[in-house]
Amino acid sequence: MKKDRSMELQKEMIGAHFKRLERAPETGEKVVYTFVPGNLTELIRSFGALPLLPEINALQSGMRGKSKGYIAEAEKAGHSADVCTYVKADIGMLMSGNIGPTGTKLPPPDLLLLSYTGCYTFMKWFELLREQYKCPTVFLQVPYQGDGRLAPEHRAYMEKQLREDVIPALEQITGRAYDPEKLKANLALSAQAEEDLVAVLNSAKQKPSPIDSYFGAVYYVGPIFSAFRGTPEGVEYYRALREEVEERNAAGIGPETPSGRLDDQKFRIVVEGPPNWTSFREFWQMFSDEGAVVVASTYTKVGGTYDYGFRHDPGDPLGTMADYCGGCYTNHNLPDRIDMLVDYIREYEADGFLINSVKSCNSFSAGQLLILREVEKRTGIPGGFIESDLVDPRYFSAANIKNRLESYFQMLRERRAGGVAVTPAGGEVRP
Amino acid sequence: MRCFVGVDLGSTTTKAVVLDEQGRILGRGITNSRANYDLAADVARTEAFVSARFGLLRQEVEKAAGTAALDRLLRAFRTEQNLAQLTRLHRHLSEEVDLHVAAHLQAPTHDAIDEIVDRTRQEEEDYSRQDDPPMRSDFFRDVAGSAFCRLAEEIAARPEGPTVQGVGFDLLLGLYDKCIIQVENQAVELGFHDHIAGALARIDAAPEVRVGVQRATDAAFDTAVTVGTGYGRARLPFPKEWIRSEILCHGLGAHAMFPGTRTVLDIGGQDTKAIQVDKDGIVTSFQMNDRCAAGCGRYLGYIADEMNIGLHELGPMAEQSKRKVRINSTCTVFAGAELRERMSVGERREDILAGLHRAVILRAMSLLARSGGIEDEFTFTGGVANNPAAVSALRELVVENYGDRVLNISPGSIYTGALGAAIFALRVEQPGAAIHVERGEA
Repeated sequence: MKKDRSMELQKEMIGAHFKRLERAPETGEKVVYTFVPGNLTELIRSFGALPLLPEINALQSGMRGKSKGYIAEAEKAGHSADVCTYVKADIGMLMSGNIGPTGTKLPPPDLLLLSYTGCYTFMKWFELLREQYKCPTVFLQVPYQGDGRLAPEHRAYMEKQLREDVIPALEQITGRAYDPEKLKANLALSAQAEEDLVAVLNSAKQKPSPIDSYFGAVYYVGPIFSAFRGTPEGVEYYRALREEVEERNAAGIGPETPSGRLDDQKFRIVVEGPPNWTSFREFWQMFSDEGAVVVASTYTKVGGTYDYGFRHDPGDPLGTMADYCGGCYTNHNLPDRIDMLVDYIREYEADGFLINSVKSCNSFSAGQLLILREVEKRTGIPGGFIESDLVDPRYFSAANIKNRLESYFQMLRERRAGGVAVTPAGGEVRP
Repeated sequence: MRCFVGVDLGSTTTKAVVLDEQGRILGRGITNSRANYDLAADVARTEAFVSARFGLLRQEVEKAAGTAALDRLLRAFRTEQNLAQLTRLHRHLSEEVDLHVAAHLQAPTHDAIDEIVDRTRQEEEDYSRQDDPPMRSDFFRDVAGSAFCRLAEEIAARPEGPTVQGVGFDLLLGLYDKCIIQVENQAVELGFHDHIAGALARIDAAPEVRVGVQRATDAAFDTAVTVGTGYGRARLPFPKEWIRSEILCHGLGAHAMFPGTRTVLDIGGQDTKAIQVDKDGIVTSFQMNDRCAAGCGRYLGYIADEMNIGLHELGPMAEQSKRKVRINSTCTVFAGAELRERMSVGERREDILAGLHRAVILRAMSLLARSGGIEDEFTFTGGVANNPAAVSALRELVVENYGDRVLNISPGSIYTGALGAAIFALRVEQPGAAIHVERGEA
């Protein structure tokens, strides 16, 4: 598959970051493990510390064909078959020498920063890592948007925790004092990158769409979901990405896919749920071979719902971080998630929507069938439902998924063509 | 005559349906699926054309000659087909003995094989002469396998038989297992033209039948489009646009047979599909079992094997139950263990079977619920729809969960997917072509 310039740039950025992480024990740079939803990268970086995101490592292990062995290691150590496979891939990697996705050794954490509590598994995951590393853990409790909004008291509660728990913990491990100006500067850089990312995501409203907003966009959100939000490299990456996408848009061409450049886009699809990483290319090709392009996805919002207008605000550093943590996709209640899918289908003029349900990911999967029915009812667009897993290759049944996807696309085609009436039988020949 | 063919390559059986230009069913054929998918499709198609020519024959001479005469001719035709395959099986068996059986065992093995084949041939002749023969499988593999197994067991058990010389039941059966695969995976001439003369020679056919046969033989079928569906569809040598998902084919096939259909349940060999269709038979939503084939047709096949009875006997036996055993697991791998466990605590076979059928349907009910429930009318398709115990369990659970629904089941439900594919084939040439299938016919 032909690589875009932005992909090469991202590869360099990530490579450099992991090299820096590898050297951290010698250079004395502090390492903070944290998760994608609700990550406080600007704050971590304002203390000169380096973020490391275990679920990114796990998905990278999946893409590189390593997760199967890691999961086996974790299961040997007693982790049940039902446990989230990100956790097992991470624990297995740790048990196998902790070599990260780029082949460099990962440093132990100086701090485990849990800043999103909507996923219960995250808590258990860090309990396991804490047991292993005996390092300090700090916990930011993020209230769920049960009634569809983040109330002022929720926001105040999170700001208080940031002030009283998170910042002191970072001060303690780095030996540096909290520097609000540095944080504000980082947040300003975040907002710039966020603006460019949203322009990239919105470009899928064009026909043909110059991007694939699921398979392609998981690369696009990579830097902003991981270590590069609030950094000059992040700003540079998103500027370059936006230019690249705008060039494609101006030329009226589609994105590169496993089936080549997809200009002839037969189906515009909205996708809910995370992708499968172990057969990522094969999974993508099942779409691209059918001429299907994903125009919007919810997975690319787990690290922030920027397309709904949120930008980090340097004018209110703690408040904006509270808003960010509370506004991640999986922190929204089911009616909000349904609204979002309905909006996407309408705004992006989608022909269909698909749910990839991952049983071991409760944050995503709980309520997905209800979402499916409700979105169908409100849009009149038929939904498709497939099941796979994040990084356990045993749970990706290619024949079954392909069968469902082909059926789904053929169903859309038939509906587009319109049905035919049945006439009474006449002159029947009986064999 | 221009015609349109649908081929459904399932995991257990391969089916074909032939339509004419007006969308009427001309013929249908079925065979067991095998390693060589292309050949399975070929055999099913050949069978469908045999059925089409017999259809023409019936249309022309049934009134004059009577149904019984044509039934006899069809049985004689099947016998000719079976004997041709038996001859080929015999040749493979003999070659296999010469090539791979130790020299000192070859003579007694040849003797045993020759006897088995001769007696099977005789049994086939006797069967074809009966006026009202008992039901049996349509597949040569089953007919020949059942005879081979029984006769090999008998020969091996003789006090002075080949076992004394070292040729036991296992050796004989091993030879059969190997050679039947060879027979099944090589092209064999099974068409109308190949065997109709032999079949006519077997019966005392009236002159009008002979004239009708000649016309049916001369009829030209020109296949305009073939659409393939089912698990083996990717192997079919058709353009991609002529390959359709079995979900769409089952939806359209069910609609063709029962135009009021809104919900379809298809329980096939390896998957269960719950499908919602609109008034035109176009799929609007569907759900399938994922990753695991628990509770599908193959599960029932495995249970039949475990109980050492035929698949077709399962349903009727379960219908004898007075008290269903509650069974939750439909895992095919654990089926044997579950069965033995229940038997060991003294449960009756029919009660266990009734419980197993209910468990299969309960699993299907969950998929139906996920696909959007059961709307009126509800059509049950696939091989399992011919199992009376599965149908009883389904009726009961539909009423319990959704109230009264019209439940449609066609005796030819196994052909639903192939019928849908054939309609898609017709619509390649005639977009929007109407369907002329009689209610419940596949």
